[in-house]
Amino acid sequence: MSTAPAQTLATSTKPNFKERVNGLPKGVKIALWVAFAVFLFLLPLLNIPFVTTEGSDFGGVLFTVATYVLVALGLNIVVGYAGLLDLGYVGFYAVGAYTVGVLSAEHASLPWLLAVPAAIVIAMISGVILGAPTLRVRGDYLAIVTLGFGEIVRLTLVNTQWLGGAQGISDIPKPPGLELFKVPSIDWSSGAPVIDLDTTSTFLKFGITDFVPYYWLALIVIGLVLLFDVLVKNSRVGRAWEATREDEDVAELMGVPTFRFKLLAFALGAAIGGLSGALFATKSGFINPQSFELILSILFIAAVVVGGAGNRWGITVGAIVVSYFPERFREFADFRVLVFGLALMLLAIFRPQGILPPRRTLRAKKADERQAILEEGEASA
Amino acid sequence: MQYLLDNFFAFTITGLTIGAVYALVALGYTLVYGVLRLINFAHSEVFMFGTFAALWIVMFLGGKGGASVGQVIFWVAMMFVAAMAMSGLIAVLLERVAYRPLRKRNAPPLIALISAIGASFVLAELMGLRSRVASWVGLDDNLRDYVRNSRNNAGMPTIIAPQPIFTIGGYHVTNVDILVIIGAIAIMVVLDQFVKRSRLGRGIRAVAMDPESAALMGVNRDRVIQVTFLVGGVMAGAAAVFYMLKIGITRYDAGFILGVKAFTAAVLGGIGNLRGALLGGFVLGLAENYGSAVVGTQWKDVVAFVLLVLILLFRPTGLLGESLGKARA
Repeated sequence: MSTAPAQTLATSTKPNFKERVNGLPKGVKIALWVAFAVFLFLLPLLNIPFVTTEGSDFGGVLFTVATYVLVALGLNIVVGYAGLLDLGYVGFYAVGAYTVGVLSAEHASLPWLLAVPAAIVIAMISGVILGAPTLRVRGDYLAIVTLGFGEIVRLTLVNTQWLGGAQGISDIPKPPGLELFKVPSIDWSSGAPVIDLDTTSTFLKFGITDFVPYYWLALIVIGLVLLFDVLVKNSRVGRAWEATREDEDVAELMGVPTFRFKLLAFALGAAIGGLSGALFATKSGFINPQSFELILSILFIAAVVVGGAGNRWGITVGAIVVSYFPERFREFADFRVLVFGLALMLLAIFRPQGILPPRRTLRAKKADERQAILEEGEASA
Repeated sequence: MQYLLDNFFAFTITGLTIGAVYALVALGYTLVYGVLRLINFAHSEVFMFGTFAALWIVMFLGGKGGASVGQVIFWVAMMFVAAMAMSGLIAVLLERVAYRPLRKRNAPPLIALISAIGASFVLAELMGLRSRVASWVGLDDNLRDYVRNSRNNAGMPTIIAPQPIFTIGGYHVTNVDILVIIGAIAIMVVLDQFVKRSRLGRGIRAVAMDPESAALMGVNRDRVIQVTFLVGGVMAGAAAVFYMLKIGITRYDAGFILGVKAFTAAVLGGIGNLRGALLGGFVLGLAENYGSAVVGTQWKDVVAFVLLVLILLFRPTGLLGESLGKARA
């Protein structure tokens, strides 16, 4: 790349948004992050006009968005980092949810704090069981095999009485609460923000009507998973995934045990999928096979690809787009899916790298363009 | 197990009829995969539109049971014309709107899947909202019979009454069964010869093998791709007619599961391989039926997918291998 002509290397000197943020003093950066986190935590109580969903409970919607973000983070490891197309991700989500259901309500009464780790472990094991035989087949086939897996899981849930059959599992226990203090919400009905002391959310009381604490819980989990994601991505494992994704044969020749790393990506992705399934089961209190339709896998994939597979912030945005907009625009009720489909098509045409593509993709694209200039001369550039 | 043995021929024949439908739809996936290397996720909707075209033409012509043979032949012929035209049109439109812009921009392959998913949603919803669409253009009075209950099942009058032609092992093979199986095989023989012998067919094979060399040899890639979509759509239209004759009920989301099955059939036979699609369709239809006889109908789809996983483990390129695009495998 260093051999490229100097004039093509000349980039604009104006710092973009990212460079500006990175240029800030460390203290300011930390303060910004903290402010952003606080904003996220208070979001369901701020009731910001236009952003808040009218028809459905905003806390519940935010929780749904948060589970999508979590799922997208897990699927991003599989699709974005390791480059494996998984169309049956809902299978792991279901495994996680049902593990919590079976262990804490249907057949045993483990406490929530034990059931959730169990869900993660069992989802991970199911990922290994699915991955060990199927990761040897080529990429496109993997898509259909995983699609089949998702359906197998759902149909097994429908047809197995031990798992509650079509009725599913109910009375899934809530996580232990603390009930430390109450957080008031903000009322905008007069046109200006007024603190509303009557409508409050208790800090960590997991009830059945107020979904805000579940959203807080999901946010904390997302934070932990994000931290884990950053650490893994920047480690030897992350580099091995990248090498495998770009060229499996070359990676293998360079001494990367590609199969083992693919399996690891699959298992980690499955574990995070299981974790989000467990959260979903906790919040809704009951689960049945209808919550795990094939279409959900498709939406998960859409979240990752729309956001920009491989970029953790991109897929977060993608997950928000895929889950929040259909809820926000409920007044279009009948046309929701139609509009969503149109939006996906437009996005694919005008933003083919995703909303926020990973930096690497952008770099590769620029390198390609430079190469094209070198090959074809300045005239065609 | 005994149940399966007692009704072996019944399961075989019904398996073959549904397998014929899978096979015809699978052709569309296989052809497109061969030339573009992408899963045309919206192909199931192409099929679904075909079922509605077949249904509407029968309603329009006032088709009903108990008509004379000549009339029935006319109706069925019109069903083929309508369904093939509709599915072919939708498939070509799909290529134009959802895939060609992406190709022009050299988009990464995964994004084509997103575009296809979007197109699939749009097509299915347009059908599911057809009463609304009709009222926008102010035709809801004239089209009431065609668009009412757009979210529910739409049934077709049985224009061919199933009559037993001969009996094999205690199962009465009906005229519909024979028509579907023979018809599907005949259509596929024609397609096979088309791809093998005609000029356009040669173009399809050339693009599948090596798009760049094909372009250098003067093959118009865009045109070949369009023809491929058209042929795949026409096949889905034929499948839609057989489906309506055998099952007789359709819905705006009828394509989805059938599409997944048909894609499974294509992979089973070796994706990109036309004869593989035929074989895969029949194998899938039979396996599903035998399997559900042994372990219960509710496990039917599980049997299909488990079979797929097993075959891919032991023969990773499908039963017959990938012939259309072998050079790039």
